[in-house]
Amino acid sequence: MAGTPKVELRGVKKRFGPKVVLDGVDLKIDHGQSLVVIGGSGTGKSVMIKCVLGILRPDAGEIFVDGEEVTRLRGAARDKVLKKFGMLFQGAALFDSLPVWENVAFGLIQGRGMDRRRAKDVAIEKLAKVGLGSDVAMLSPAELSGGMQKRVGLARAIAADPEIIFFDEPTTGLDPIMADVINDLIVSTVKDLGITTLSITHDLVSARKIADRIAMLYKGKIIWDGPTAEIDDSGNPYVDQFIHGRATGPIKMEVRA
Amino acid sequence: MNIFAAVGRMTLAFFRETGRLSMFTASAVAGLLRPPVYWRLILQQILRVGYFSLPVVGLTAFFTGGVLALQIYIGGNRYGAEAFVPQIVVLGITRELGPVIAGLMVAGRVAAAIAAELGTMRVTEQIDALTTLSTNPIKYLVIPRVVAAVVSMPILVAIADSIGVFGGYIVGTQSLGFNGYVYIKNSVDFVTHQDVTSGLIKAAVFGFILALMGCYNGFNSKGGAQGVGRATTNAVVSASILILAANYLLTNLLFSR
Repeated sequence: MAGTPKVELRGVKKRFGPKVVLDGVDLKIDHGQSLVVIGGSGTGKSVMIKCVLGILRPDAGEIFVDGEEVTRLRGAARDKVLKKFGMLFQGAALFDSLPVWENVAFGLIQGRGMDRRRAKDVAIEKLAKVGLGSDVAMLSPAELSGGMQKRVGLARAIAADPEIIFFDEPTTGLDPIMADVINDLIVSTVKDLGITTLSITHDLVSARKIADRIAMLYKGKIIWDGPTAEIDDSGNPYVDQFIHGRATGPIKMEVRA
Repeated sequence: MNIFAAVGRMTLAFFRETGRLSMFTASAVAGLLRPPVYWRLILQQILRVGYFSLPVVGLTAFFTGGVLALQIYIGGNRYGAEAFVPQIVVLGITRELGPVIAGLMVAGRVAAAIAAELGTMRVTEQIDALTTLSTNPIKYLVIPRVVAAVVSMPILVAIADSIGVFGGYIVGTQSLGFNGYVYIKNSVDFVTHQDVTSGLIKAAVFGFILALMGCYNGFNSKGGAQGVGRATTNAVVSASILILAANYLLTNLLFSR
């Protein structure tokens, strides 16, 4: 595809003490594309996302958003970049001190200074988009089931109409049916609107459903990258082992961290 | 086990921790000077830190004043100095025991609560979620708590001073045979402006210390429920030790002339 990629990582490295987590990640996500990064637990998928968001600072390498280098931005410049992003966290990460509607409207009220009453209307509208009625709006997040929390998290991620959304393990911890509901919602509320997405998951069913392109992260590097349709004949032994879930193969599970 | 390596590791850990705490303090103070200011959250925290600590602080102050009167009477009796009970009680309470006892009680109550709350928010990624919603977690979480503690502690200590002196008065008049009018007159005549203000200055500093230690330990907690438990313990222990150390330094500073 022509033009500047929406998000690009070049040689991003990150280590915690002696443990190298990202060892030179190169990745491009084109405008409107849905990229899914697969990889085993603890391969640094979450760390990669947090580097792009600026929650973690990479040790080396560059990150571009819309062609602009954002790797070392701080303060107001970082805030401006962050306004382009939405994120759905693994455990939904809802603020349990606030009711559901205020969670959804949080970015609008705090980040953009929207009037509370108007923000509430937007929140209820976004909740409807993820299939939740206005009765849920007044509940506290602790009163919701895991699947409902994920939906509220999704509503919060899309509330401020971001250009890019990150999904951290969107289906982990859900039953297969609820997982599929979430996948459908991701496709209908995000992908179909032309929002660029980066998801990280080890759920292949989910990956196949939401991805245009799949990349595999292993030992801190992207070892394979291609269209979703080609994942079954990637010719890469690591990818084959991962998608078929075999205990034996080139990937050795490091039982000790 | 290499003893030199162990000593070296401990020294490095000490300096690393000191540096991190200094950076955290600096970012909290810097954040205080720049908008936005979350007034609603500050008021909410003043209610939690100040108002709800009143029963605990009031009760401890009452008993401390009472036991102080009793001990001074018994001790003073050896030199025939038992008539000085009101003067020494009012001096001890306003200068030392009011601020220190209130500081330690609030450290146990509030620093622990802050560390547990922020620690849980950290491990459930709620603090990261704030960042993705264009909200600075230091400004949204740390500053309201620190400001609330710095504002509330002097008020709490002023109340604790009065209740402490009242505790001494009750014991003095009910069981030590003091005349009520003389007791109060001796207290009021003896206490100086500086005795009270020095205690209130201490109180504000203790408030800063205990809120900061709660926030710092909560912010840096990791590793699930156990990590939050550890953060809570560390918050209370470090806040208490720092309060006692700061008390010595402040006494030195305020009464050196």
